[in-house]
Amino acid sequence: MNTPPSSTFFSAPPDWGWLIVLYFFVGGLAGGSYFLAVLIDFFGRPEDRPLARLGYYISFPCIILSGLLLTLDLTRPERFWHMLFDAHSFSPMFKAWSPMSIGSWALTIFGLFSLLSFLSALAEAGRLKWPAARRIRAPGVLGGVLSVLGGLLGFFVAGYTGVLLSVTNRPIWSDTPLLGMLFVVSAASISAALMLLLVGKSGGKMPGVRALHRMDAWVVVLELIVLVAVVISLGPGARAVMNSWGVLLLVGVVLIGMLAPLALYWRNLNATAAAVLVLVGGFILRLVIVFSAQGV
Amino acid sequence: MAEPMGFYTDTTVCIGCKACEVACKEWNQLPSTNGGQNTLSGDSYDNTRALDGIHWRHVKFVEQFTDDRKDGRWLLMSDVCKHCVNAPCLEVCPTNAIIRTEFDTVVIQSDTCNGCRDCIAACPFGVIEINPVSGTAQKCTLCYDRLQGGLEPACSKACPTQSIQFGTIRELRGRAQKRVDQLQQMGEKRAYLYGADDKMLGGLNSFYLLVDKPEVYGLPPDPKMPTRNLKMGSWFSALGAIVVGLMGVINFRNRGTSENAGEGRP
Repeated sequence: MNTPPSSTFFSAPPDWGWLIVLYFFVGGLAGGSYFLAVLIDFFGRPEDRPLARLGYYISFPCIILSGLLLTLDLTRPERFWHMLFDAHSFSPMFKAWSPMSIGSWALTIFGLFSLLSFLSALAEAGRLKWPAARRIRAPGVLGGVLSVLGGLLGFFVAGYTGVLLSVTNRPIWSDTPLLGMLFVVSAASISAALMLLLVGKSGGKMPGVRALHRMDAWVVVLELIVLVAVVISLGPGARAVMNSWGVLLLVGVVLIGMLAPLALYWRNLNATAAAVLVLVGGFILRLVIVFSAQGV
Repeated sequence: MAEPMGFYTDTTVCIGCKACEVACKEWNQLPSTNGGQNTLSGDSYDNTRALDGIHWRHVKFVEQFTDDRKDGRWLLMSDVCKHCVNAPCLEVCPTNAIIRTEFDTVVIQSDTCNGCRDCIAACPFGVIEINPVSGTAQKCTLCYDRLQGGLEPACSKACPTQSIQFGTIRELRGRAQKRVDQLQQMGEKRAYLYGADDKMLGGLNSFYLLVDKPEVYGLPPDPKMPTRNLKMGSWFSALGAIVVGLMGVINFRNRGTSENAGEGRP
């Protein structure tokens, strides 16, 4: 009998499928684009404010979609609120050591922040006639506090999913403590890519677009380094990806999602294509991580 | 709290009759087939194959045969939830559907579970699955309802060879150690106890007497708590966030200078 490389190989797959892959992607976009928008608000120029607003426009619909996807994935969706309140006593349900428990609260609270920033961005752009909403936009004191807290929560939402996978007993997921880090970095890279894609031609006037473009390239390099560290940290457990999933990881994520866009960026070629490739790679990354561990 | 109760399963006397599986299904009103589909494994007398939401007991048939099939043996083992003292499923459950009872057993409350399936990924033994009838995660309750009524669990009651024994953990551990000593004296030097002390997940309240490596029975040699990765995972995530944040600050700050430099090029 073939001795499994790790004790994690005796657990059962939880059947987290396409809905979860999609959630990991959309949730990463929600948190990442909010964080980037906050960075631009604080360190960008006044001309960059439309770019920051774009980040908030992406974040809110994505976090709503995240909640829907997660609820749909439950086998008893009507009981989604059991994550937040005790089913019998109705007192708040919170377990600080369970990533799914903290994550449920983080999603809910971040959703509120995301909504407020979304409304304030709309008001600033003149699309929403609500003067009060403009006041919760950075750099005012209230807006500043909202942005900083929201940005931190955004990163939490983007990263906790990776920690959640590590806090199980499945192969790959729990054989490395680095998945949270990988998801955080990847959330930044896909969010920057989506913002660059959506800003389109109107971005030419904004100096922040160039900066975001360059930052995305840096983050993709960082993501590649973290991905290599993840595979190394798996040790003998890496056997679980030494199959067609590993090939998809190499071709779909490293080659198409990281090296190709870097080359395009380096040569100052098609920036749109580079952004699309980063998004495709980010999706395949989550696909491989979710499904490969369950095929074991 | 009552004294901790559990199972001691002596695999050396299991005859693979599956009376435990049947008794479990009868008492707990679990469907005999999944949606009317009666699937046969086709290569083994074991047609249950694994524990899941409608199989809370599973008699494993480990078939060890030589290639020419002239020599061989069956290792039979009635598998069940281990009712770990430090239970990984209970640890991660975000709804508190999984509780520890007054008998020190682990029970999933079906009216609370919302089917997030985190416990399935957390259980190092692959015990839990979704029951398609209730749509919730289910597993052995160590017959919590029978225990509350002063009865012993259905499976151990039905076991004709006393392979499955029910009792207080203290008493079962003593009985199991005597049996190991007896087997050792009789020449079965491979006999040992799996999960009978506090080292494995704080102790398994359903522990086993085995005569081969745990892997052979499909048991993890070194099961761990899921939260072992929590601290490191969180720190690394924070580190990732800080590095990405710094990259953002540097790029948005330097934007002006590098932009000017770009414009200065011919």
